[in-house]
Amino acid sequence: MDYTSLAQAVLSMGGIGLVFALLLALANKKLKVEEDPKIEKVEDLLPGANCGACGLPGCSACAVALVNGKVDLSICPVADASDLEEIGQLLGLETVDTKRQVAVVLCQGGNTNVKKKAEYDGIKTCLGATFASGGERACNYGCIGYGDCVAVCPFDAIHMNKEGLPVVDRNKCTGCNNCVLACPRNVIELHPVSSHVFVLCNNKDSGKNARQVCKTACIACKICVKADESGGFEVKDNLAFVDHTKYDKEYEIPTEKCPTKAIVIVGDKGEK
Amino acid sequence: MTIFTIFISAAIINNYVLVQFLGICPFVGVSKKLSSSFSMGLATTFVMTMAAAVTWLIYYFILVPFNLQFLQIVSFILVIASLVQLVEMFIKKMSKPLYDALGIFLPLITTNCAIMGVALFLVMKEYSFIESIIFGFSAGVGFTLAIVLMAGIREELEIADVPEYFKGAPITMIVAGCMALAFMGFAGLI
Repeated sequence: MDYTSLAQAVLSMGGIGLVFALLLALANKKLKVEEDPKIEKVEDLLPGANCGACGLPGCSACAVALVNGKVDLSICPVADASDLEEIGQLLGLETVDTKRQVAVVLCQGGNTNVKKKAEYDGIKTCLGATFASGGERACNYGCIGYGDCVAVCPFDAIHMNKEGLPVVDRNKCTGCNNCVLACPRNVIELHPVSSHVFVLCNNKDSGKNARQVCKTACIACKICVKADESGGFEVKDNLAFVDHTKYDKEYEIPTEKCPTKAIVIVGDKGEK
Repeated sequence: MTIFTIFISAAIINNYVLVQFLGICPFVGVSKKLSSSFSMGLATTFVMTMAAAVTWLIYYFILVPFNLQFLQIVSFILVIASLVQLVEMFIKKMSKPLYDALGIFLPLITTNCAIMGVALFLVMKEYSFIESIIFGFSAGVGFTLAIVLMAGIREELEIADVPEYFKGAPITMIVAGCMALAFMGFAGLI
């Protein structure tokens, strides 16, 4: 082992680095630009996840936009309410009472429930499978199951279960919308965390065809519409859905008679 | 090699962007507006010229005497990164709008392969100090030429009747290809 050349290498590189560092430090002193100190404070209060939910290229850009008054506080769906309030106080902005939204996967077509139509050997992403006649599962509306949503989640809040269905961790989910955009089937939607009753199906085929491909498909039989008096259930395009502005029971499903058990309670009671 | 031939060769015949296909990233990224693309060209030219000078000094006065040529890429990256930092501070101080217009592509000059290319080529071609500076400068001029031409064309394209699916990146790629073809015509000039 040639230790002199090692020492020379380390010393010369270190020396060059040191010289440049000194030059840069000097230049930094001379060329320093006074930035609004508020920007740094606001950036510290923002989540720092750079998830892009605000539509700006990262939290620092969002902080600049907030300080310059270009956007209001509702822009960041991710930050804690207390942090937003602090930013509001700092900038004299009004805090907007935003209900926390979480992603809901509107599909129960896991590997046992939904029929398989083919073997898929292609690229194992949902987007790739979409181009190749939609992957293995027979349902043309439901989850494809290759986890594009899992891959894009910056908060580690969505995972695949054994059935090959994504499960949202409602505590970790911040409602940043990334998974909603990533899903080629539009199976994932954002809903306020206080909404618990959902029709977990996205199949818009007629009841018979939907039932043929999936055990838990909504067949648009309207039993739920008739059973619920508040008018919170509606059927559109062969698919029942819950209108949470009308539906009066927070943690209760209107009928046990749903023939395919497509109506499901999601999440825990009293979540915030 | 005379200074003139080095200039013509680096700026036009072996144009870094359109013939050697180095530095494509800012070439496509910052060529939307003529003014900001020209500033990008100037910034890159400055970094290239300075990098050529400093890397030459480092190579022949530090790396060669100690037999450390294997460290050339590491040390060149160090030089380029520091220079880019300097340019960034300078532009931020001098013109905030320009700083905002260049955006992420300004720090990305660090990873601009055209600059690394200049540093590696001047060692490979065994240029003298003066020749190296000329080489770096003319490579920068070539880069500026390419990016300004591209920006001019893209500004015209904004009002042109481009088919829906060719708008944006696709038509830019096609234009870049056509320009590269045109620059091939210079091959063999010297």
